[in-house]
Amino acid sequence: MKVTLSNSDYLRNFDRFIAGLDFSNPEILHIHSNPNWINVHPVVLTLVTVMAMRAGKDNVKFENLTATSGSYLDRMGLFEFTSQESPYNIHKKEETGRFIPVTLIKNATEQSKFITDMIPLLHLPVDKTDAIKYTLGELLRNVLEHSESNVGAVVAAQYYKKSNTVRIGICDSGIGIKKSLQKYWASHAKTDIDAIKWALVPGISGTTRREGGTEDNAGAGLFFIKSIAQVARSYFMIYTGSGIFKLLLHDKRIENPRLHSNPDDDRHSERDDAPYFQGTLVAIDLSLENKSEFTLLLSSIREVYGRAVRDRKIKKYKEPKFI
Amino acid sequence: MKKVIQIKKLAGEFAENKDVAKDLRVNQIIPTLSEHNSIVLDFSGISGTTQSFIHALISEPIRQFGDDALDMMEFKNCSDVVREVVRTVCEYMQESIN
Repeated sequence: MKVTLSNSDYLRNFDRFIAGLDFSNPEILHIHSNPNWINVHPVVLTLVTVMAMRAGKDNVKFENLTATSGSYLDRMGLFEFTSQESPYNIHKKEETGRFIPVTLIKNATEQSKFITDMIPLLHLPVDKTDAIKYTLGELLRNVLEHSESNVGAVVAAQYYKKSNTVRIGICDSGIGIKKSLQKYWASHAKTDIDAIKWALVPGISGTTRREGGTEDNAGAGLFFIKSIAQVARSYFMIYTGSGIFKLLLHDKRIENPRLHSNPDDDRHSERDDAPYFQGTLVAIDLSLENKSEFTLLLSSIREVYGRAVRDRKIKKYKEPKFI
Repeated sequence: MKKVIQIKKLAGEFAENKDVAKDLRVNQIIPTLSEHNSIVLDFSGISGTTQSFIHALISEPIRQFGDDALDMMEFKNCSDVVREVVRTVCEYMQESIN
């Protein structure tokens, strides 16, 4: 496997990073980087961690790791997953805030502890943390319940003061969204990108075709996260198999963007020809600038969700026969 | 007397652990409603929750008992976020079963 660490930590430039990925020969991982400058989104670190665990600690090789900015890799805990020693000498106590290093979550108890412990690390006002806790709670649970990932969920996050944004990455090494939808929604999940988009429709769960879901799953998690990102003018991206769905920002002048139950109606980019990744990667850049309250956002989501369920039910109604 | 469940004791300040919700549903909520008794879900001290948690907590009671479940269940001391998520789940569950 080969990965080239990016020089840009913006999700909008993620395609450049994707172009340098090579998942062949999983028994070894070569990590390349620019000798002068490294700047990575937390989601890149989560993906590299999954790849490193796949290869095994002794088979992870950093090439050309000379950039001073590469110390960020050490600070975020990436060297925990390789036998290679960090060339950097950082004082971890100096910067205890504003980032969450690469963390493995393997069960619900670890997830609850993580969500409780991580908020103080970001040093954010309490009223700004609801959306972050919500997003992480739902995404991590999705991995634990549906991915069958042998490494659990890998998560990392970073707060950026200048843009007042929390950038979050979550990655797993599981079966991918397409396979998780095969049992009940095979016809809607023929390709990876189709599967991603179907999973984003409110009320679609990989565990049932029944409206309202099962007693434990409603199929609402990803739709909620996408909607939170949309209202907050945030980037949101899912990469699984060969598919990538990226929610693009709406016009700044639109104060209350319309939420859509059908992801095809969202302003987005998509592709189904990315290097095949066995697992699922989710990234979100959550802007904390948004003035509207989280409860108002939930209220908007509720309306769209209800409408989507009603519309789907109406489609199933039998038509009267007029003769 | 109504049975009262303090959610925070089991789920913490941010209620997201579905295993806790499932346990409450299976061992306390459904048995109580099955005996036609009322139950109070007290969310005091809880700042927020996820849709998944509330779904795991109350969707099956609504499916089993229909909207009677909402006569027998009361939601106490809900923050605005909890209130909104509870409303969402109640709404789509009733839409789904009607």
